[in-house]
Amino acid sequence: MNGGIEGKIPAGGKKIVLAGNPNVGKSVIFNALTGLYVDVSNYPGTTLDMACGRYGSDVVIDTPGVYGISSLSEEENIARDIILAADIVVNVANAVHLEQDLFFTLQLIDMGVPMILALNMSDEAVREGLDIDGPLLLEELLGVPVVLTAAVRSTGIEELKNKLYSARKGRVEQSMLNKINKIPSPAGRAEALLILEGDVELSEAHGIKPGTERDSIYSVRREKASWIASEVVKETRKGVSFSSRLGYWMLLPITGFPLLFLTLWAVYEMVGVFFAQYVVEITEGFMHEYYEPALRVMLGQYFPPDSVVSTILAGEYGVLTLTVTYLIGLLLPLVLGIFLVLSILEDTGYLPRIATLVDRTLSGLGLNGQAIIPLILGFGCVTMACITTRLLGSDRERRIAIFLLAFGVPCSAQMAIIMAVFAGLGPLYMLLYAVCICSILIVTGTLLGRFLPGGASPLMIELPPLRLPGLKNIFTKAWLRSYQFIKEAFPLFAGGALFLSMLEVTGLLGGLRNLMVPLTVRWLHLPAEIADVFIMGFIRKEFGAASILNLNMLPVQLFVVMLTLTLTVPCIAATMVIFKERGWREGLLTWSVIYTLAFLIGGLTARLLEAFSLFSSMQVPAMLGLIILTMAFILALSRMYTSRRAKPLKL
Amino acid sequence: MNLDQAKKGQVIRITGIPSELIRVQAIRFGISEGAVVTCREIVPAGPVIVAKNKQEIAIGRSLAKTITVEPVVPKLNRKEPVRSL
Repeated sequence: MNGGIEGKIPAGGKKIVLAGNPNVGKSVIFNALTGLYVDVSNYPGTTLDMACGRYGSDVVIDTPGVYGISSLSEEENIARDIILAADIVVNVANAVHLEQDLFFTLQLIDMGVPMILALNMSDEAVREGLDIDGPLLLEELLGVPVVLTAAVRSTGIEELKNKLYSARKGRVEQSMLNKINKIPSPAGRAEALLILEGDVELSEAHGIKPGTERDSIYSVRREKASWIASEVVKETRKGVSFSSRLGYWMLLPITGFPLLFLTLWAVYEMVGVFFAQYVVEITEGFMHEYYEPALRVMLGQYFPPDSVVSTILAGEYGVLTLTVTYLIGLLLPLVLGIFLVLSILEDTGYLPRIATLVDRTLSGLGLNGQAIIPLILGFGCVTMACITTRLLGSDRERRIAIFLLAFGVPCSAQMAIIMAVFAGLGPLYMLLYAVCICSILIVTGTLLGRFLPGGASPLMIELPPLRLPGLKNIFTKAWLRSYQFIKEAFPLFAGGALFLSMLEVTGLLGGLRNLMVPLTVRWLHLPAEIADVFIMGFIRKEFGAASILNLNMLPVQLFVVMLTLTLTVPCIAATMVIFKERGWREGLLTWSVIYTLAFLIGGLTARLLEAFSLFSSMQVPAMLGLIILTMAFILALSRMYTSRRAKPLKL
Repeated sequence: MNLDQAKKGQVIRITGIPSELIRVQAIRFGISEGAVVTCREIVPAGPVIVAKNKQEIAIGRSLAKTITVEPVVPKLNRKEPVRSL
């Protein structure tokens, strides 16, 4: 366990840990127990949120939702470590599918931790036509206190609080106890069980050989869970509710895709338009008009306005100006909007259905269906979308998704400039642009999917029932996540701003502009002033926009600028987030590969379009044809290569 | 027979899950070797959705191809309503 939690527990305080499957309402119970005093931080060495709150003189700790503790993922390892350190475990289970959830409950009981079972969503169970046969029978069978709750409606919370301290160890089969007792004693009872079940990390820590009986222990536990569930739950009627029918419509392509597009449109309107444009305009305007001038006046009392200190602290890229304006004026509304949408999608149960619907489509890109979420959000804001890649199951998928996002997905700010430019160029160029970007995305995704070691992690997800989420819960969740994001991003942004102001103070920024001239003029065949667009556009995306329209450029040149700009990493914020999510080494590699490719493709396109100007009016159609042929050629080549490589394996 | 060949509405018994990792995950979902499940829905060329009691699991097509199943003759006293969309 990390010192962070230990430090926050008052003397004599107990650690109350919430544990349960995903989507059982753990966070609602957490909020009900802790109220407002919640602290969210990172699990050490990970990007996962950890929520900590006070309950009386004790501490309540939330764990990631897991189906059991088998060291299958980062989440499970974290849940394991927190549970091993717990004084009391509150196991939250979903009454609607008790049979599934009891597996984890029985594992916790076998671990011998003092616990209490909160059977949540009891109201939903009744609606689904299930009758839970009183908690008494379940208490008898499990040997731990059981409380029926419907946390969203605050039902049963008082009873849970009253019974909290009567948590006790549950009933364990004698045969299981015998097995556990054979594990040498330095490991506690709980750790002994996990070692018996083959937990590699714990076995190494205690120098004990991991057990090999996981399969048989799990089978026995599964059978017991199913038996208890069948004893306790009676199905009174079978009903197909509207929500379950809607759930099916979301899965079938013929109805699912229209529903998905409708949802995406709504998401785009909310995040891409309402938050990214309307709210940001207000918050950023406030920062520019009130916060920054006020700060400069205040600093002006101590330092002359043109001094080095003033420039570094409150200049154009000042640590106190750029950092705060960016974080509060720009990022906070965006983050809040996106986390609101994400929380809604999560809590309604729509997310796993979208993933199921598009699983097939995305498997070609080496991703599984869950990657659709960040890719969609990228069109709103690439920065935020990179953060949501945390949803993805494997590191490999996170890597592919972030690369695609940074490379080929234009964010809402870029989209706005693109629209403005292409309005003057005509539909043919717009089509060429769309085909270019799509084929680049497809080719890059396919190549990454084929050549990065490993494969798309197989999709196996639970489809929770569709439900209307609780408003308060959504807002709390979104706020806590946004707060944590800003807290983490602050040092990064301050560092970036410091770096930029250093460049400005030392005059290196102007030098950089000159350095870029050979690249822009000789390679991309563009006017020299365009260097500003690339540099300034990187620092602040909207800076570049006006100057593009003011420069007198040929249609081909405009097209090359737009294509190259789209392919580069959208802005400094996105760059910083990529570094934060992927680490310095991989971040730098991703960033430089993307910039190299962007300028390479931009230059090639410029040359090809110039060559095709021979065909006069057929210039753009010829280019279109060439792009599509190239894409088909690369895809066929990569398929041939991998199938030849795969053959010996199959023999 | 493999899971991807199951038909919508068919009741099947899972007979084999070759990957140990998937087996461990599946057993916690309530789907162990020997479990009887209903094939609830098949997304064309996409995942297969199996149901056990009130709970539904989507299984990607490539994974479904590796899972072996056998059809179960439905018992007469168990009325599983045929879902029509």
